[in-house]
Amino acid sequence: MQLQKLTHSSLFQIMNTDIFQSLRSKWFWTYSLLFGGFVAVMFATGITESQIIGFVGLSRLMVTFMQVSMVILPIYVLITTVRSVVGDRESNVMEYMLSLPVSFTGYFWGKFLSKFLLTYIPVFIALLGAAVWGSFTNLDVPWDLFMLYSALLAAMIFCFLGISMFISSVAHSQDLAISTAFVLWLLLVAFLDLILMGLLLKMRLDAGTVIGLGMINPLQVFRTAVLVLFDPELTVMGAASYFILDTVSRELFIFFAITYPIALGGLFGWMGNYFFKTKDII
Amino acid sequence: MTESENRAVIHIRQLSKTFKQQCVIDQLSVDFNSDDRIALIGQNGAGKTTLIRCILGQYNYEGVLEVMGMNPRKSRKLILQEIGFVPQTPPPIKLTVRELINFFEKITKTPADEFYKISNDLGLDIKQNFGKPFYKLSGGMKQKLLISFALGRKVKVLLLDEPSANLDPQAREILFSHLKAYAPNTLMILSSHRMDEIKDLVNRVIEMDLGKIVLDNIVTEK
Repeated sequence: MQLQKLTHSSLFQIMNTDIFQSLRSKWFWTYSLLFGGFVAVMFATGITESQIIGFVGLSRLMVTFMQVSMVILPIYVLITTVRSVVGDRESNVMEYMLSLPVSFTGYFWGKFLSKFLLTYIPVFIALLGAAVWGSFTNLDVPWDLFMLYSALLAAMIFCFLGISMFISSVAHSQDLAISTAFVLWLLLVAFLDLILMGLLLKMRLDAGTVIGLGMINPLQVFRTAVLVLFDPELTVMGAASYFILDTVSRELFIFFAITYPIALGGLFGWMGNYFFKTKDII
Repeated sequence: MTESENRAVIHIRQLSKTFKQQCVIDQLSVDFNSDDRIALIGQNGAGKTTLIRCILGQYNYEGVLEVMGMNPRKSRKLILQEIGFVPQTPPPIKLTVRELINFFEKITKTPADEFYKISNDLGLDIKQNFGKPFYKLSGGMKQKLLISFALGRKVKVLLLDEPSANLDPQAREILFSHLKAYAPNTLMILSSHRMDEIKDLVNRVIEMDLGKIVLDNIVTEK
């Protein structure tokens, strides 16, 4: 019981110190301003007054926000967090910090949680800011969409953080960690519709395989879930989404789109922590 | 068990550590007792830092290594409550001095006043540097702060890896006087290249070469 209390204490302390350090980094403020500024620019340019395939008002703004998030967030999470463990190892910060009564698990998950909060809170505030500003300007606020998108963003960030922390734990150098993260991201982007369609047409894969490949790609799951409430004709979704939503119900897919990335991130986080605490740390 | 093994704070038998087929510690057997003040000497690559990292629970190893009767990998946190450590090179920690002290206070459950006292003696005014990130302090200031963190705590083992490397002569003198006055029942292991500097401080000299102990001498007072 006492040991467990100490673990929690070191997790909390590592999380705190990591947050303090990140709050002083230019990366964090650039990232926060990017999302906050993006929402402001969308309002200023009148995106809420435009309409594309049924998206209008705040819904239109939120969908655009999520599409931008899908492009920026995964690579941002990967690049900024993939160095956290391996970077501390290379700079000898880890040797010193782990000469203190800090548990390996507390160190790993403390960093994980701090990165999660620092990545999620700015995008959540930007989304919430859009909803609040919309309600002040007499726009209908789609709260169901707001809730869904908040959950999807949290799930996607958690997923890529888990992957990133895993890479950071096993990589031998920062360069290798960054390269691996970048290649992974390219692979996931390529396996959105582009390669899936190629496989479908040229290799004559059956639809089930295409759906399977789409469903294991967290980016594809996010992309499909973002549009799932809006596009009954599935015209803007792309081929993979079309196949996916033609096979499973929307409700089931939304549940999957939130739980699967969290489970995937949790699994990679667990593996990263296991590797971290069982191998030499320096 | 012999009497020496019974009172050993650190008990090592057949300890080996290998990195990619390169044996850095080779079948090492030794006991370190609570009244030992050890000069750990040897050339670069002799295995001194690797031994310290094994004791700190940072490396896996083969053989037996017990610190206060516990395995440093399995009971790392409990053991580290009782170990003060000063690294050879201060790490580039990005926390400010204030944040670092707060962190230390909470993690080690030691009042910050204990750290201030030692650092003042070493000629470092912590409060004047509160807002500065640790990595932006000069080499000497960083070393003084890390020494204050290690000596400000009441621990059973002090592991000091070249602690005086970045210190000016005056601070070096003060450090050694603090080490002399530190609780006599604390095991102290000082890794150093300058034997002349620490000879008055230690009562045992251990020399390592190629991962083995090649000399283990008790120093008798003149």
